[in-house]
Amino acid sequence: MTTFEAILFTIVMASTPLLIAAIGELVAERAGVLNLGVEGMMAMGAVSAFVAAYLFNSTMLGIAFGMLAGGLMAALFGIVVLGFAANQVGAGLALTILGLGLSGVIGAPFVGERLPPTPRLEIPLLSDLPILGSAVFSQDIFVYLSLLLVAGVAWFLMGTRAGLRLRSIGENHASAHSLGLPVLKVRFMAVVFGGICAGLAGAYLSLVYTRFWAPNMTAGRGWIAVALVVFAAWRPGWALVGAYIFGAATVLQLHAQAAQFGLPSQFLSAVPYLATIIALVILSARRGSSGVGAPGSLGKPYVPDR
Amino acid sequence: MRIELVPRTEPKAWARALAPVAALLVSFAIAGLVIWGMGRSPVAAFQVYIADPLMDPWSLREIAMKATPLIIIAIGLSYCFRANLWNIGAEGQFIVGAIFGSWLALATHGTDAGMWVLPAMLILAMIGGALYGAIPAFLRVRFGVNEILTSLFLVYVAQLLLDYLVRGRWRDPMGFNFPQSVVFDTAATLPAIAGMGRVHIGVIIALVAVVVTMIVLGRTLFGYRLRVSGDAPRAARFAGFSQARTIITVFCISGGLAGLAGIIEVSGVLRQLQPSISPGYGFTAIIVAFLGRLNPIGILVAGFIMALILIGGENAQIMLRLPFDLALAFQGLVLLCVLSADALVSNRLRIVRARA
Repeated sequence: MTTFEAILFTIVMASTPLLIAAIGELVAERAGVLNLGVEGMMAMGAVSAFVAAYLFNSTMLGIAFGMLAGGLMAALFGIVVLGFAANQVGAGLALTILGLGLSGVIGAPFVGERLPPTPRLEIPLLSDLPILGSAVFSQDIFVYLSLLLVAGVAWFLMGTRAGLRLRSIGENHASAHSLGLPVLKVRFMAVVFGGICAGLAGAYLSLVYTRFWAPNMTAGRGWIAVALVVFAAWRPGWALVGAYIFGAATVLQLHAQAAQFGLPSQFLSAVPYLATIIALVILSARRGSSGVGAPGSLGKPYVPDR
Repeated sequence: MRIELVPRTEPKAWARALAPVAALLVSFAIAGLVIWGMGRSPVAAFQVYIADPLMDPWSLREIAMKATPLIIIAIGLSYCFRANLWNIGAEGQFIVGAIFGSWLALATHGTDAGMWVLPAMLILAMIGGALYGAIPAFLRVRFGVNEILTSLFLVYVAQLLLDYLVRGRWRDPMGFNFPQSVVFDTAATLPAIAGMGRVHIGVIIALVAVVVTMIVLGRTLFGYRLRVSGDAPRAARFAGFSQARTIITVFCISGGLAGLAGIIEVSGVLRQLQPSISPGYGFTAIIVAFLGRLNPIGILVAGFIMALILIGGENAQIMLRLPFDLALAFQGLVLLCVLSADALVSNRLRIVRARA
């Protein structure tokens, strides 16, 4: 593998968790629920996956427990914001704080342990392609899963009746309700789907990316995933583009740090966060302040009237 | 059978006031169950987290010192939250305030600069925090960028800036290469209150912030405008209140107060800059603000409760070997319960029999 191919390979690795988490959040937001707890769900997914994979010596069980943990956290959020119609921004923050704290408690006995590397799945023929072959088609199962996820979600949202219903619920919950759509039920399922994705993204971090558990190892990736949904204007294909741009920014700043350009490492570490802010500014400025593209009922609690 | 929410026509005032208390009790019950599930005694945990710190004068002083930054930041946040604006970057504004104030402490270090240093540090810190808080406000007003995300990302940037300074330019040359600044001179240190041990006058500053906010919110046109723009944005527009001005103002106030809390923590407690100067005060303060129902007196009480949990968490780490992150998880739990309780004050649950 050449250096260039190695860099591409790590960019794909850095982008994958962002992409998986962002796709999940995108579905929840399309249904009208703003879940700012992605960071907490991701942390819980990371720790649960690590502990399960370590104890049972199985990557697959690790993945399953990561997704389960993310889904359970999301279900808790769903009960609070859908069942009790609580404020979504506040409850999302609470979920993040809860998830970061709880993951620290669960992971405390496992700090310093390591997992064996996960096997790479080389896709026959495609992995022999120049450049992309080694960067994309010789990756682990998560990478293929994330690409399938984007295609699946795009097809579901834009090509199926259920997807249309989900979008209409996010666009205007009162009209959707008057048409007889089960607003809260669909929203709950969308939120849990988002949580499962966030848990899967966390599992990727602890099982493949680092292969160890450390408190706060999500390091703001959950928040970047939330920002990516805005960046993508709630469209799955653009979430893919955005995730790879930010993954590239993260990896390239790491290489810049290693190359010692004379810039302090902290400045380079701030690049992904600053880049996210700048991207949000450019997009918001171009779309105007009305927030074009955002689902109409996003973040608004709904109590059906009867 | 299923459960439905039904909006209450007139939420009761006493229910609104009692909601945070009920939420806190529910949180304690859940936390007790979790600790029991971890195979520890909930009674012993209650003793270590709550009862012991309240009985011990030394712990009480530590609680007062921990509550100080929480109350000052939460008071500032209450301006934002009342106007329905989400500043979740107080942690970053806290750090930038500390950096601004510490700059003067370091610049005058070793000189015989007089009494003016400390007040100037406090003012500089407020300016620094306000400027940093104004960034997300400006981006929101000018470009329509969501203030939640920008304020949060600026926290990471502030942490990295502080890290850069204490490992680089501002590192103590005689500090054996430890990443920390020189220890501040007495002129740059917040004095302790006589007879109160380590407790510094920052506690009094926090009380002043509470009283001033009570007056501003209750008795000024600005306070009225804030309430209207939060509760009824359309009415505020018709009344000619400028939304842009409100956004910039409340972010400057809350950033300024977070910055003030930052320099108080550094010059009153740590007495030097370190790579990390806050165990997440900026985030805990969000919970304090909501637990206190955005009311100054409520925030005062809530600040002490959250500080108690933090001190209890430190004790539990030593005495019960329970991880400190348990206190963090508890904070998240409290916020979830407070928000649910608030929602249940405005809506009531009704059990509906299955339709035939």
